[in-house]
Amino acid sequence: MTDKVLIKGNYAIAQAAINAGCQCYFGYPITPQTEIGEYLSAKMPELGRGYVSAESEIGAINMVVGAAATGAKVMTSSSSCAVALMQEALSYACSDEVPVVLVNVMRAGPGLGYVYPAQGDYNQSVYGGGNGDYKIIVLAPATVQECIDFTYRAFYLARKYRNPVILLADGLLGQMMEPACFGENPYPEVDVSSWALTGAKGRDGKAIYSCARDEKAHIQKIQDLFKKFELISKNETSFEEFETKDADIVLTAFGSMTRNIKAAVRVLRERGLKVGGFRPITLSPFPHKRIYELASEGKDFAVVEMNMGQMFKDVKYSTEGKSSVSLINRPCGEWLSVEEIVASVEKILESKKEGIYASSI
Amino acid sequence: MQAVFSTPEVMKKDFRFTFCPGCDHGIAVRLVAELIDEMNLKEKTICSTCVGCSVFLYDFLNIDCVEAPHGRACASATGVKRTNPDKFVFTYQGDGDFASIGYAESMHTAIRGEKVSAICINNTTYGMTGGQLGPTTMMGQVTTTSPFGRNKEYYGYPMKIAEQIALCDGTAFSARVALDSVPHINQAKQALRKAFEVQLEGLGFGFVEILSSCPTNWHMTPEQAHDRVKNEMIPVFPLGIFKDLTENK
Repeated sequence: MTDKVLIKGNYAIAQAAINAGCQCYFGYPITPQTEIGEYLSAKMPELGRGYVSAESEIGAINMVVGAAATGAKVMTSSSSCAVALMQEALSYACSDEVPVVLVNVMRAGPGLGYVYPAQGDYNQSVYGGGNGDYKIIVLAPATVQECIDFTYRAFYLARKYRNPVILLADGLLGQMMEPACFGENPYPEVDVSSWALTGAKGRDGKAIYSCARDEKAHIQKIQDLFKKFELISKNETSFEEFETKDADIVLTAFGSMTRNIKAAVRVLRERGLKVGGFRPITLSPFPHKRIYELASEGKDFAVVEMNMGQMFKDVKYSTEGKSSVSLINRPCGEWLSVEEIVASVEKILESKKEGIYASSI
Repeated sequence: MQAVFSTPEVMKKDFRFTFCPGCDHGIAVRLVAELIDEMNLKEKTICSTCVGCSVFLYDFLNIDCVEAPHGRACASATGVKRTNPDKFVFTYQGDGDFASIGYAESMHTAIRGEKVSAICINNTTYGMTGGQLGPTTMMGQVTTTSPFGRNKEYYGYPMKIAEQIALCDGTAFSARVALDSVPHINQAKQALRKAFEVQLEGLGFGFVEILSSCPTNWHMTPEQAHDRVKNEMIPVFPLGIFKDLTENK
């Protein structure tokens, strides 16, 4: 477990789920994440654990919700347009406070899009496509190692806070091989006995539901759910920051684009430019406070992402107008290269103006 | 003094049905409750509830329940059973929930042979929303969304749920029963018992479709509604057992 292995992101997520104690996997194939289900279909029976080839993503996520309501550690995985099918159940799971773990290995959208990588599901994950007020915990790995570490964390956080967690990876990470180390799952077991459905033995029946005839009680419930998320925000918000101390501009990215902004910061520093990097690890809760602090010090931001500017809006909101925020983006496909990012940043620094620097192929 | 009527032990002491007067849901829920008592299932039961007239089942029965979104009860029950094979898992759904919006989830739960039991109340309409055309609405039936009656050109045909479930290899028991008379109620209870037993014996999916009256949305008295079940529904939706794996045992 402590040895380094060369492993594909999708397999790493699947094996980490096993290590985290996943009792049953429910899923439906879709590129670029199908290897997760393939891997688990072979491994889970060997371990005496469950694997269900669901009829659809709607079936899969509702199986996960049912199983999780009994306190079982379970998960499903999917991609973009099929995660769209799961939004109804995610809204229920947040209201029901059921610990769902969902892995989204993003592909390009909208609609069927295609299998090349993209980061177009930031809004879908962070803001959700389900009805009503709810919040999901969203973790965005940048390396295969983090696919492992964040899968462990996803299972832990889901149960600790009784809240759905999305591991938001992308096709690049899912399909890429990298050296990584599984280690031991570092998180403790969470006691679920107070709420898990186990049959009404020696007690009255318990019900997990979101239906709310009592308006006042429902208002209180939603407020309590948001108070819980404030606590999650206080305890769990995480981010990575590099070379920001003297930076005039901070490149900001999530997920695997983090790799490219790290390289771009190095290149730009070599050219004598004061450039730093910032990378939210939890996209929800979002590190608003830290971005505001950096903006208050007069640091501008350039958000680099493979979509039409989804996280860009959250960064802009966080700065509260204290500094300028530019966008360097492409909707999907070939990852913005270090050279493209460097060229765009140089343009921004020359013009000293906020703007959108969309790169075309 | 001899008690001539009592409430099943598993019913909540303060329960108040949310069903309309004369609706057969009350009878169906009572039959389920009697069987949970008689088969000593309360402590190992987890129910996956549905959306529709029976959405508040957890207010009537003193058992563990998890709410599924509309149509997804069989998927939810699959998740519960796969991670808790020692529990007794059942769904209680309407025909719209089970056979229209939840058709894929229901059929595939039967096809996979999940060891769960499913109960589907067929009252030929969407009761909770005020009586619209559903998957089992009969030819010629007037509803709020088929104001001139169901015709094949606009709406197609009503579906036969219990027969379709019986065609699935994973199904261990599938029957259609009715609640319009005492003999039929007794048969219904026997069928429900079988649908529960096949799960407990690990034989596969157990299913019962229950023809039920909906006096409110049919604009009938309870008596007229039961006459409709007998004279109009049963000829189209024949009662009987369509599959029973216990016969071969």
